Amino acid sequence: MRIKKLAQLVMLLAVAQLSACSSLGVKPWERDVLAKEEMALNAAPLDNRLDDHIYFSKEGSSGGRSFAGGGCGCN
Amino acid sequence: MQLKHIANISTALAAASCSLLGQSAEAGTVLDDWQFNSAILLYSEQDRVSAGEGILTARGDFGDDKYLNLGLVVDALTGASATGAVAQPGVQTFTRPSGRGSYDVAAGDTPLDDTFHDTRVQLDVSWEQPLAQDWRMSVGGHLSKEYDYLSLGVNGSLAYDFNQKNTTASVGLSLSHDSIEPEGGIAVGFAPMLLRSNFANDEAYQSAFDATRDRADDTKDTIDLLFGLTQVINHDWLMQFNYSLSMADGYMTDPFKLVSVVDDNGLVQQNLYENRPDKRTKHSLYWQNKVHLSGTFLDASYRYMWDDWELKSHTADVKWRLPMGEQWYVEPQFRYYQQSAAEFYVPFLKQDEALPQYASADYRIGKMTAYTLGAKFGTRLAEGNELSFRIALYQQKPENDGVTAPGVLADLQLYEKVTAVMAQVSYSF
Repeated sequence: MRIKKLAQLVMLLAVAQLSACSSLGVKPWERDVLAKEEMALNAAPLDNRLDDHIYFSKEGSSGGRSFAGGGCGCN
Repeated sequence: MQLKHIANISTALAAASCSLLGQSAEAGTVLDDWQFNSAILLYSEQDRVSAGEGILTARGDFGDDKYLNLGLVVDALTGASATGAVAQPGVQTFTRPSGRGSYDVAAGDTPLDDTFHDTRVQLDVSWEQPLAQDWRMSVGGHLSKEYDYLSLGVNGSLAYDFNQKNTTASVGLSLSHDSIEPEGGIAVGFAPMLLRSNFANDEAYQSAFDATRDRADDTKDTIDLLFGLTQVINHDWLMQFNYSLSMADGYMTDPFKLVSVVDDNGLVQQNLYENRPDKRTKHSLYWQNKVHLSGTFLDASYRYMWDDWELKSHTADVKWRLPMGEQWYVEPQFRYYQQSAAEFYVPFLKQDEALPQYASADYRIGKMTAYTLGAKFGTRLAEGNELSFRIALYQQKPENDGVTAPGVLADLQLYEKVTAVMAQVSYSF
């Protein structure tokens, strides 16, 4: 009986999860927050560019957010 | 009828002159269609490299979602950089990479070459426009020039919005061609660093030095592919996933780096120029989240990178923008980075062991942990202009990857921390 209830609960959660997936995203008129500058993926492009240059020169990894490319013989 | 016709003509003329006036008014404020971003960064390592970098970018709005982006970067670097050679209990003498002149390193100190001076100028341009409904494209290129280095590149990308613009899939391609022409030429892999004091005269030294160099310059070609997926999760949450592949072919050895060969007592017998593979394939997975949390904005990302040099890294980056009143914001920033060593990384080579195919003692591809702790302060000015200040502390902690240091090396610092301060001022107008 208890197991059945647990199974029901799991099912309910799974369905809730699925319906959450199907409603991923927003309607066009619900983009007020997403349209803010602060919500842009690359909200501070110069900061990112400067950081990428420093870390490219100082660490063994590069890229991820954008191209890993070369571009300088930075030491 | 005639009157009506004339009235129509005058209306048409009025409309035409209005549109002409409108156009000239637009032409007079052409700069209104351009957005400029500028920044100056000062980067300073304790006892090592100092660098200054300035950036100016311009984004022109050509209407119909068409944009032209222009960028200019100028940077200057000076100071001392770790050579890869190990510290010793006595004073060590090193020949400068050009072969002309030498410098001494004090007992117990990590060898640093203090001859680094470089100035770089980079120009880049890109054009963005819609291609069809829900499709956007961009094409661009860059040119970067230093005293001994030139990089040229082109790139392009394509993005497709679907699911009511809640999902965007994108693909990008970048090709670059780099050439390097170091002062004094390129050393043969594992060529010994020669000392003038071991030769009877300049001529004998110069001819032996020339024999360690086999070419004046070399090149590297890189192909980068980037696949991205952006997903709106809900009203306050945006997510980005990227997979990128980078394939480089060509000269990837650092012409200024050395590897020390030590005996059983840890004493340096010789310093050799390092030698790295001429192919490298890197992969990375990048996951970014932008979340609106009751009036604040969180930017959290994670990157996992791996390559065929066996270097693997984890990077976590968090920026949290907290508005302070109407105009100001403060943004604490934290970044954590951890990498494993490339398979050919060695802190030193042992005299009684055979020379490997490749070796580098450059701590930047050794086992390392690094963190950055910073804060940004920004304010909105009139007409949407923005001024911001950023300050950060960056610390690298190279680590021993299970190597036992023989003899005197056991008491010397082989994995020295590097601490740097970054200060940046940005202005958008």
